[in-house]
Amino acid sequence: MKYKRQNNFKSSSNIFGRIWFSMRMFLFNVLSFGPLPAHIAFIMDGNRRYSKKHNSKEDTGHNAGFSSLISTLQYCYELGVKYVTVYAFSIDNFKRKPDEVRSLMNLLKEKIDELLEETSVINKYDIRVNFWGELNLLTEPVRLAAKKAMTVTGKNTGPVLSVCVAYTSTHEILHAVQESCANVNKMLAERYSNECINSAEGLVSVADLEQHLYSGSCPEPDIVVRTSGETRLSNFLLWQTPYCHLQNPGALWPEFSLWHLVWSILQYQRAYSSLQERRMRSKKTY
Amino acid sequence: MAMPSSGCLFFSSSPATLLLRPALPHLSLPTRRPPRPRQQISLHRRATRQGNPPGTNPAAASSQSSPATHETLTDELKWEEALPSCLLRESLPRHVAIIMDGNSRWARDKGLPVSAGHEAGYRSLKEIIRLSCLWGIRALTVFAFSSENWFRPKAEVDFLMTLFQGVLKENFDIFVREGIKVRIIGDSAKLPKPLQKLAKEIQDVTVNKTRFELIVAVSYSGRQDIVLACQKIAQKVKDRLLEPDEITESLFAQELETNHSRDFPYPDLLIRTSGELRLSNFLLWQSAYSELYFTKSNWPDFGEADYIEALQSFQRRQRRFGQRIS
Repeated sequence: MKYKRQNNFKSSSNIFGRIWFSMRMFLFNVLSFGPLPAHIAFIMDGNRRYSKKHNSKEDTGHNAGFSSLISTLQYCYELGVKYVTVYAFSIDNFKRKPDEVRSLMNLLKEKIDELLEETSVINKYDIRVNFWGELNLLTEPVRLAAKKAMTVTGKNTGPVLSVCVAYTSTHEILHAVQESCANVNKMLAERYSNECINSAEGLVSVADLEQHLYSGSCPEPDIVVRTSGETRLSNFLLWQTPYCHLQNPGALWPEFSLWHLVWSILQYQRAYSSLQERRMRSKKTY
Repeated sequence: MAMPSSGCLFFSSSPATLLLRPALPHLSLPTRRPPRPRQQISLHRRATRQGNPPGTNPAAASSQSSPATHETLTDELKWEEALPSCLLRESLPRHVAIIMDGNSRWARDKGLPVSAGHEAGYRSLKEIIRLSCLWGIRALTVFAFSSENWFRPKAEVDFLMTLFQGVLKENFDIFVREGIKVRIIGDSAKLPKPLQKLAKEIQDVTVNKTRFELIVAVSYSGRQDIVLACQKIAQKVKDRLLEPDEITESLFAQELETNHSRDFPYPDLLIRTSGELRLSNFLLWQSAYSELYFTKSNWPDFGEADYIEALQSFQRRQRRFGQRIS
C-alpha cells in the first residue's frame, strides 16, 4: 500500500516536479515486484562531519540533516513503508558539552514545531508521530513539544514515525524490566495466586517484556541503516534487531538520497529469503 | 581473500593453501623466554612510526574493557614480539566476539558433507584462539550453536554435539596448562548429559585461570539471556529483596550470562563471517557499543590474514560512545 500524498501529483508546483514524481512512482512500482520492508530504522549519523566537509557552521549540518529526514520520510511513505524509526538523540549525547546539548535541545524543539506545521510531511501523509525515550531527561520546552506532537497526531491513521530522543536500547530494556517487575508487585499485592507464579519463569515472559518496550506497538525493523560508514549500533534497538538487515552506507546523513534508499531496498530484497527463514525459526523458540 | 596492508609480516593465503596447511594438533602458546628489561623505547618508536603519539590511540582510549592489571612482564614482551607490525598492541580490542557462520556453505561449495564444514570450522577456531592468545587479546566469545540451530536436521545436531564433546575432551589439558578460563553460556539443559557434565567440569577446573578467557555460546539466545536476567530480578522483587525503581543497568547486567567476566564483560569487536549482515540474536545487550565487522569469508576460510584485517579495521575506528572527539 503506498501512502500517496493527500494532494495528488497535480499539486506539484511545476512540470519538473510532476515529472520527478512520476519517475519516482515508476521506480517504486518496479521495486514493489520484490518484497518491501514494513519498517526501516535510521541512525542519522554524520551531520557534524557534513558541516566540516562544507566548511560551514554546525547548524548547517543539522539543518541539512533535517531536510534529508523529510525527503527520506516522503520517499519511504510513497514506497509503502509503514514504519520509520530514527535515532535523533541518545542518552549518551548528554555527556557532550553543555553548550552543544543546549543547542541540540533548541534545534529539536524547532524541528518538532516544524513537523507540526500545516504544510509539513506529517499532515500530507497523515503520519502518527511517537517519541521513544526517557522524555523526562529533555528540557521542558522539548518535552512539551514532543507530547503535543504525540497528542495532535495520535489519531492519524497513516504511516508511523518514531523518533528516539533521550534514548538508549539498554535503558529501554531496563524500563521494560522495571515495568514488568512492578506488575509482579501488583499481582502480589492483589493476592494473585502464588501458585501461578511459584517459579521465576512464571513471573516474566518474553511477551511481558515486549509489551513494555517503547516499540511495543510497532513490528521489528526489517532494515537498520547507519549512515557515515560507521559499523556499530550505538545502543539502538538492540532487542528489536537480531534478525534485521544491517546496512552502513558511506554517505553522511545529509547526503542520504533516494538512490541510497533504493540501493538499501535492493540489498534487503537480496537477503530477504534468509532473513525470513531465520525470523520464522526464532518465533518457534518462544 | 583480502590482503593485509603492506609491511605486515604475515601475508594472506588462498583458501586452497589454507586447506593444504597441516591442521594444528593442539593449541599451543609460544614457549616462555627468559625475561629481559622492558623496552619502552620500542613501543614509542612503533607508535610514532604509525603516526600516533603513544597513549592517544582512540580505539584503545575508549575500549570498553578495563585495563588488565595482571599482565606479566613476560606476557607483554611475548605479545610485543609476536604481534604483526601492522597492528598496535595498545589499540587491540581486549575482547573479541565471533559469529562463526558459513560452515555449511563452505562444505556445499566444495561438494563435501556438512560435517566436513564443521570440522574445518573447528580448525579455524583453534587457529584464531592461538592467534588471540599470541597477540594479547584477553577474551574471545564465539557463537558455536544458537537456540534456533536446534531446528536443523537431527543428524547435523547430533554430529555437532559429538564434535563439541570431542573438542572439550581433546583440549581439556591444554586449557588447564595454558591458563585459559573456559566458560559455556547458553541453555545447557538442552545439551546431552555427557556434554553438560564435561562442560561443567571444564568450567570448574579453569575458573581461576587468568591468562585468557574463552567463552563458548552453545544453545544461546541473546533475547533469552535478557529474559532470564529479568526473571532473576523479578524473583528478587517478589522476595522483597529489591524494589523495581532500584533496578539499574549495572544491576541488570550482573544477572546476564556474561556476568562472570569482570575485566572484559562486553566485546569491543564483533566479527561475523559468511557475508550475512545481522547479529542473529547474539549478545544483544552486550554488543551495544561493539564495533561490528562483517566479512564475506566463510568461517572455515577465516584465517590469520582475515583476522589481521578485522583487527586493523578496529584500530582505524574512532569510538565515541555518544560523545564528541574534537
